[in-house]
Amino acid sequence: MSNRLSLGQAFIFLLRRDLLLALRNRAEYAMPLLFFVLVITMFPLALGALPELLARIAPGIIWVAALLAAMLSLDSIFRSDFDDGSLEQILLSAHPIAILVLAKVSAHWLVTGLPLLIVAPLLAEMLGMSAQAQPTLLLTILIGTPILSLIGAIGVALTVGLRKGGIILSLLVLPLYVPVLIFASSAIDNAAMGFDVSAQIYMLLAFLLLSVSLSPWATAAALRMSAS
Amino acid sequence: MFLWFHKLGSPPHFYRIAGKWIPWLTWIFLILVAAGLYGGLILAPPDYQQGESYRIIFVHVPSAWMSMFIYVTMAFCAVVIIVWRMKLAEVVLISSAPIGASFTFLALVTGSLWGKPMWGTYWVWDARLTSELILLFLYLGVIGLHNAIEDKRVAARAVAILALVGVVNIPIIHYSVEWWHSLHQGASLTKFDKPSMPPSMYIPILIMALAFQFYYALTLFHKCRVELLQRERNSKWVKEL
Amino acid sequence: MAEFFQMGGYAAFVWPSYGLCALVLWLNWYVPRKQHDKELRQLKRRHKAERQ
Repeated sequence: MSNRLSLGQAFIFLLRRDLLLALRNRAEYAMPLLFFVLVITMFPLALGALPELLARIAPGIIWVAALLAAMLSLDSIFRSDFDDGSLEQILLSAHPIAILVLAKVSAHWLVTGLPLLIVAPLLAEMLGMSAQAQPTLLLTILIGTPILSLIGAIGVALTVGLRKGGIILSLLVLPLYVPVLIFASSAIDNAAMGFDVSAQIYMLLAFLLLSVSLSPWATAAALRMSAS
Repeated sequence: MFLWFHKLGSPPHFYRIAGKWIPWLTWIFLILVAAGLYGGLILAPPDYQQGESYRIIFVHVPSAWMSMFIYVTMAFCAVVIIVWRMKLAEVVLISSAPIGASFTFLALVTGSLWGKPMWGTYWVWDARLTSELILLFLYLGVIGLHNAIEDKRVAARAVAILALVGVVNIPIIHYSVEWWHSLHQGASLTKFDKPSMPPSMYIPILIMALAFQFYYALTLFHKCRVELLQRERNSKWVKEL
Repeated sequence: MAEFFQMGGYAAFVWPSYGLCALVLWLNWYVPRKQHDKELRQLKRRHKAERQ
């Protein structure tokens, strides 16, 4: 190891590596997105296709589906790295693990959170959400999904060493998603009724800042525990 | 003081001390419960609005307090585990979780049994009920994670991290739910105005709360003793028992 | 006395609350005691086996 990476380089390197891996496994990473669309499709089938009803519950449906899709994709943050041992390499690195964790979580969000931004308007339209609510929908997804990835990373880090981590993961993570769910869906609700949504957006931003600053440390601690 | 604390932290010492304290704690608990129940069920007058149904309060409110108190205790243990890796804190954290979950469950069930005659339904999506329910999920998460990891020391560290993450989140969840509730319910039917309680009502509540604290201590000691025996199966002090 | 048990018509809510509390608290107390005894018995048995 003659050339030592600076922290920034290490961050970029890890981010690029994860994105590249995702690109190679496109099918696997498309699954959560497909799942998101499928879950939302089930609701009109179950509840009847009344336009007023669907428009009323669209924000909630979209956000619950986003939560579930995030849950489904979380495992991929650390699973393959844990299985092939590269996670231990990362933990042995000279750089602060929290920063490297942040790189991995960013990659995860770019691959699983960002695509929701593209399909969400389509689904919102199908559910008959009013046009004035759609910018808010996109905004909440933009701010909210990184929080899901960040909090979820803690849960995955805690359960990655377990054989049946999946079920327990949802028990750990979903309760922590409650605030995001509440503020995001109520922002969209308010926007649909033509009210001001800045309060909710600021709250979501506050959650985002809080989770960006705290969650990588917890994740790093949990990873060290899981790998030991 | 520090020496005493250090000594208490050693498993065999704690095992013996806990064994000695348990009978005392049990008696104090029983006396307090008897006093609290007598005060609550017999001495306290019926409420002028709710009649006799309010008597559920004497188990409901202390359970709800305990459900929060125990989580905070667990978070405190979590800090001790992460910073000092103290074995006893691990045992206390793990043993507290089922007790906390029990109290949360009791707070929920007694709350809904109280809600039925008062609000006409067993469950309303009231802010407190909802956040208590989420607290129950957090407890179950702690228990589930602990059961899922085989190595007990690793499990304790995992649970410690989870408990800390939880304790940071509890206020956020609580206020989000409260805010959500005020947003969705408007003028809430659940907030019947509470005149300040007379001492004949709140003193039994306090006595019951104290009794539950003693109960927590004594069951905690019971559970810790079992946990210690299981963990230290092969150590010398266990063989000498 | 009967009046006390009727709880002003709310007996169906008050007593189950208390009963359930008693049950759950009792379980939390009883189960670890049993486990403790069982654990000690197992340890004794193992100890004996090791000696022989």
